[in-house]
Amino acid sequence: MTPLSDTRAGDVATAVREVAADGAAQCIASGTNLIDLMQAHVERPSRLIDLTRLPLADIRPSADGGRRLGALVTNTDVAYDAPVERRYPLVSKAILAGASPPLRTMATGGGTLLQRTRGDDVDDTATPCHIRQPGTGCAAIDGCNRLHAILGPSAQASAVHPSDRCVALAALEAVIRLTGPGGERALPFAAFHRPPGDTPPLATNLAADAIITAVDLPPKGFAAHHAYLQIRDRTSDAFALVSVAAALAMDGDTITAARLALGGVAHQPWRDRDAEARLKGQSATRDHVQRAADALLRDARGFGHHPVTIELAQRAMGRALRRAAAGEAHR
Amino acid sequence: MHHTPAHDVPMQPTASWPAKRRITLTVNGAAKPFDVAPWPTRLDARRESLELTGTKKRCDHGPCGACTVLVDGRRILACLTLAIMKDGAAVTTVEGLGEGDARPPLQHAFVEHDACQCGDGTPGQICSAVGLMTEGRANTADDIRERMRGTLCWCGAYPNIVAAIDQVMHAGERGAGR
Repeated sequence: MTPLSDTRAGDVATAVREVAADGAAQCIASGTNLIDLMQAHVERPSRLIDLTRLPLADIRPSADGGRRLGALVTNTDVAYDAPVERRYPLVSKAILAGASPPLRTMATGGGTLLQRTRGDDVDDTATPCHIRQPGTGCAAIDGCNRLHAILGPSAQASAVHPSDRCVALAALEAVIRLTGPGGERALPFAAFHRPPGDTPPLATNLAADAIITAVDLPPKGFAAHHAYLQIRDRTSDAFALVSVAAALAMDGDTITAARLALGGVAHQPWRDRDAEARLKGQSATRDHVQRAADALLRDARGFGHHPVTIELAQRAMGRALRRAAAGEAHR
Repeated sequence: MHHTPAHDVPMQPTASWPAKRRITLTVNGAAKPFDVAPWPTRLDARRESLELTGTKKRCDHGPCGACTVLVDGRRILACLTLAIMKDGAAVTTVEGLGEGDARPPLQHAFVEHDACQCGDGTPGQICSAVGLMTEGRANTADDIRERMRGTLCWCGAYPNIVAAIDQVMHAGERGAGR
């Protein structure tokens, strides 16, 4: 590990001041992602700002009737929070589908949003990777790319966001609360991550002088009609090839509102409002859900080593939507 | 050839090497201060500074779980956290769970079910199993398998590990004749 210094922030104002004053410093909460990258010499911060003492580790009701998850609340504590389990089971199930119990017990909400996109080459310093070293290209586009993006990759980068929790947050339209020198602001989940474009090292729209303080779950949790489906090569030590968060509002057999987020296939959880709109007013027949899945994947592109991923995503979305429509009794 | 500073040779802070900081950890029940640089992981600090080598270093990246320990009663990976970030925490390593005649039932069950084999993953598996039982979310063998995810066994003794945990988890019920 490269020698570095650290500063322990005791309150949000101090953390923001330290972050704003030193653009080269990196924040650390649990470190499950950052320390891994530091061990691989992919990240070499000269200074860490330790956020673990900030008073951001509680879950409380939010003013609009939703639930506010402090940025330092761990994934395990969110998954097992009784109101989250009852009102937002999609979030609990997504968290419990991912990682291992010790990792879930460490990983924080803020860190989960900020975890680096993953690919076969991001943490291999012997290969070109535009995310790690801008301008070097993406070895995976013409190489081993089984786990890489099928939606939204740029010519320079094709790594994917690996989080399960974030797929559920995308479907539920969570709101991310940030604090910077100018005060606090709220950012819709969909506006948080950045497409790779020509600047893949900038994975999010979090300003360099701001920190995440909380994630708000909106009042509507879609508890009655939801499904989280994750497909991976094996059930341990593997990231999702495809994961799906489906959340529906139903009137009898008719879908009145649909949310559909796909994980493991792009630089961020992938949603498509046009695909979701196709479900409105329909019943969840095989044909109807398949049309929505096809619409979401209309621009999907494989790069040679993942010929099955697109079909896998199609089928997984169909299955998740049908399960969500069937409701609790069929789960 | 080992080039990293040995634990018995104090590292001299220089202008380019940030100074160590004094932190306090309660390790296996004993609170003690110790001086640590900002960058060693808990795993390295424990093995090299505290000479507690029960916790094993394997992948050093998270997936294998060999370095699982309990911090404030919850299982975490020592290789992915910095020692300096846990100032004030209570850490339990496999040594702290009891040795010799004081070994807890779980360790006896691992021996009884031949769940140890090469033993390199065993300290992490034992700590993870203690954390699993504390969480209280597992009831069946399938639950144990799912919640022991991420603690690898290089010898493939998974059925024996699950049987050992299952036996201890349900010992009270069996003892009561159910």
